[in-house]
Amino acid sequence: MSFIGLIGRELRLSARHGADTLAALLFFVLAASLFPFAVGPAPETLARIASGVIWVCALLAALLPLDRLFGGDFEDGSLDQLLLSGMPPAMLALAKAVAHWLVTGLPLLLAAAPVAVMLRLPMENIPILIAGLLPGSMVLSLLGTLGAAIVLGARRGGVLLPLLVLPLAAPVLIFGVGAADAAMTGLTPRPHLLLLAAMLAGALPLAPIAAGAALRAASE
Amino acid sequence: MLEGKGLAAFRGEKLVFSGLNFRVAAGGATLLVGPNGSGKSTLLRVLAGLGRLEAGQLFWHGEDALADRVEHAKRVAYLGHLDAVKPGLTAVENFFNAADASAGLAAMALVPLADMPARMMSAGQKRRLALARLSVDPAPIWLLDEPTLGLDTASVARLGEVFKAHRARGGVVVAATHLPLPLDDAREVSLA
Repeated sequence: MSFIGLIGRELRLSARHGADTLAALLFFVLAASLFPFAVGPAPETLARIASGVIWVCALLAALLPLDRLFGGDFEDGSLDQLLLSGMPPAMLALAKAVAHWLVTGLPLLLAAAPVAVMLRLPMENIPILIAGLLPGSMVLSLLGTLGAAIVLGARRGGVLLPLLVLPLAAPVLIFGVGAADAAMTGLTPRPHLLLLAAMLAGALPLAPIAAGAALRAASE
Repeated sequence: MLEGKGLAAFRGEKLVFSGLNFRVAAGGATLLVGPNGSGKSTLLRVLAGLGRLEAGQLFWHGEDALADRVEHAKRVAYLGHLDAVKPGLTAVENFFNAADASAGLAAMALVPLADMPARMMSAGQKRRLALARLSVDPAPIWLLDEPTLGLDTASVARLGEVFKAHRARGGVVVAATHLPLPLDDAREVSLA
């Protein structure tokens, strides 16, 4: 099977299990909607925390589907078949990360703009928020794939996974929110966005290689 | 030709076999026999490059087979206890290569079920689907763990034809089983 073929297979499986796929998106929208109830609907308060809320909710929502990323394949024997498909394990992990981003990251990115409007983020800052979320969500998919591969086969892997991924995701969160906040205070968001892009450039080769090694270890 | 010399492997923390030697010529078949827990499945995973080989060497045509595991994976088709069938996909979609599907389904008489989601199939039908996928695998080394478990007599006979065609191409079959398999003049390797 080819790289593209594997991504297509993953997308088809996600489409067949539509409820699982939608769960992450609905979680994102619902969790973000709780904040106006909790902190009150005052526009200036909401606008101040909007970008942080969106980033944290997106991060947590992206974690939701991770334990099924390899879990199903591990339990039904498909992982063995994928490892024997002649594709290097790192490519396998990269294909999974791409599929995770297409199924979870991209919908979150699209939902972020309406949620930002709901949280009273000034209109002119929404493009900066999205510009940060774009590389940020890709890094989260890569780190999440790495975490999912590492906890594969461990007991209580679902609990372990956030503990492993959240600390790694902290820098992404800091610079992602930093970009949006810089724009709010009239500073340039450029350095924050460049740092996010640098993280993506680092994670793009490293996370799949490490995840591939973890997949090999899980199959042994 | 597949040849193992002095193979040893652990399952968990237990040494299940050591100093195991065997050789399968091109077109040949080997049956792994032995009681439960003797390491048949572990050996098959090691031969597939999925399990860890603790000692010994595996040769394919005289070269170290496990030196490059990605390269070895292309030579190997493995069918374990699990069918690796996705319940959400139809029989055709469960093939890794859609172009292979019609030939594979025909080999195991699954053509009428081509568009049926796998979640509606019985255990035996899922096993047949896994075998149908195997039947179109061009890899020369087939490693099978209890391939006929849950199959009806007609399907076992069809599997015999699939084996025959594979061995006629010079392919190798290594199978672990407690049931009689439709493999002519297979040599037995006993794991105590």
